Amino acid sequence: MLNHILFNLIQVLVVMAFAPLASGVTTRLKEMIQSKRGPGIFQPYRDLWKLFHKDEIVSEDSSWIFRFTPYIVFVTPIFVTLLIPVLTNYPLFFAFMGDMLGAGFILALGGFFATLAAIDTANPYGPVGASRTRMVGFLAEPVFMIVFFTVSFVAGSTIPYIVQEKWVTPLANFFLPSHVLLVLAFLMLILAEGGRIPVDNPTGHFELAMIDESRFLEYSGRGFALMKWGGQMKFFVLMIVFLNVLLTPWGLAGDQTLSAVLLAIPFVLFKIFCFLLVLVVIESSLSKLRLFRIAEFLGAAFITSVAAMIMQVFLP
Amino acid sequence: MSDTPDQLLDNLNALATGLFLLTAFGIVAMRQARGVLNLFILQSLLLAASAALLGFRHHSEHLYGVALVNLISKPIIVPWLLRKTASAEIYTRREVDQVLNIPTALLIALGLAILSCFLGQPLLNAVAPEFRGPNVPMGIAGLLIGAFTLSVRREALPLLIGLLVMENGAFLAGISISRNLPLLVELAIATDGLIIVFISGVLIRAVQKQIGTTAVGELAGLKEVTVEPAEKEETK
Repeated sequence: MLNHILFNLIQVLVVMAFAPLASGVTTRLKEMIQSKRGPGIFQPYRDLWKLFHKDEIVSEDSSWIFRFTPYIVFVTPIFVTLLIPVLTNYPLFFAFMGDMLGAGFILALGGFFATLAAIDTANPYGPVGASRTRMVGFLAEPVFMIVFFTVSFVAGSTIPYIVQEKWVTPLANFFLPSHVLLVLAFLMLILAEGGRIPVDNPTGHFELAMIDESRFLEYSGRGFALMKWGGQMKFFVLMIVFLNVLLTPWGLAGDQTLSAVLLAIPFVLFKIFCFLLVLVVIESSLSKLRLFRIAEFLGAAFITSVAAMIMQVFLP
Repeated sequence: MSDTPDQLLDNLNALATGLFLLTAFGIVAMRQARGVLNLFILQSLLLAASAALLGFRHHSEHLYGVALVNLISKPIIVPWLLRKTASAEIYTRREVDQVLNIPTALLIALGLAILSCFLGQPLLNAVAPEFRGPNVPMGIAGLLIGAFTLSVRREALPLLIGLLVMENGAFLAGISISRNLPLLVELAIATDGLIIVFISGVLIRAVQKQIGTTAVGELAGLKEVTVEPAEKEETK
């Protein structure tokens, strides 16, 4: 029991420590493709350090929601980390407290408060971004549902630790059409939820075109640092779910020893690095969609997930 | 033979049919004429892959023949013929329009795919157990979605591709029901398809030259008023 609590703590620390690194690596890789000379991969850490040491300015007209939101945005990915397999392939202390739907709802809670906070300040760009985020959110919701329910139908469970075994035992199951189609649908979902390029430009600084970023415009100092760190952790957690539960559940610790768990860290980081390479290629080869084309992008994700469901449920 | 390689082959075949369905959806939804053609090439490659996998699974040379015929005729000769005859329609026009908006069209196509699963079930019960793969329902889905593309698209090239998707769907269902389809029949069908493509290509080219567009939907505006071709070019 004590072991499991310790491993859970290690998982949380890994997510907290390496989420900014993943963001920095993505930026660096993109700069290399665009042949720019940008900041190094440790720049997000320096940004966070700088922001934590700056003064925070809070609008007089804002309510408690504005002050409270950074903490919620920061804490929700950590809660999800307790529920999903980050380093171990056996359930840990909190694994049966919530399933994948629970994890999805906890992540949505952070997004919900970020939206409220954006409307709370009277900044004209905040509500615009908030309503756009809601639009992307409710279009992504049915895809999330169908992906999770099809996965649960296959595995007979909604607990991610049980699900991850099913796609690779036997290995032929990896090539099941429902698996491949679900992976495609979830990849599109990650692009939409993480605000990556076909849906939103994470490096854009033009307020009228912003979707995700415009919710954080009013924040400064410590609040902004927490929001930023929380956003990076959310994306990291989504990648972990995609890689460890759906796509490549290999390289996780199988033994209940500390060394096995620590050895799993480089494996997981390597998987994430490979995923980031793919992500950077996607981001560099596509252009941002017009706002009303996002419905078509997520419609395609929906169709893909339903095709997976058809292949799994209706066919022998 | 052990169980696992067969299972792997079955899963790979099922994957090919699943991606086949996805490309059919893509052909309904794609905006660019060029993209529709590329998706059709991908779909034909998946069809050939499915035929080859089934041939390997059931040790049937005929299915290898089907795969080869498909591999040569559709992904290579069809685009070449279209490039020769109707290149203006494919390569200069970027966007093509539709009767329905794209999400609605996709949802209807999805309904057709689910319907075809139920339509395929009685057929599956009639054949031997080792042929009960997902090929028949997905083939029927390809057939229906191709027919749907024919009714929902307004321009010549996507209409032609819709016709070819119907043919692909029929092929996908056909290769899984029987392992000894005579090669002669395959060749005849493939040649037929190519001739359809050639004639339609020439027709598209002629219509394009005369009128400047192949948007069939605009014919609806011709009721009771005759529009001169020259006028039409000005408004474009």
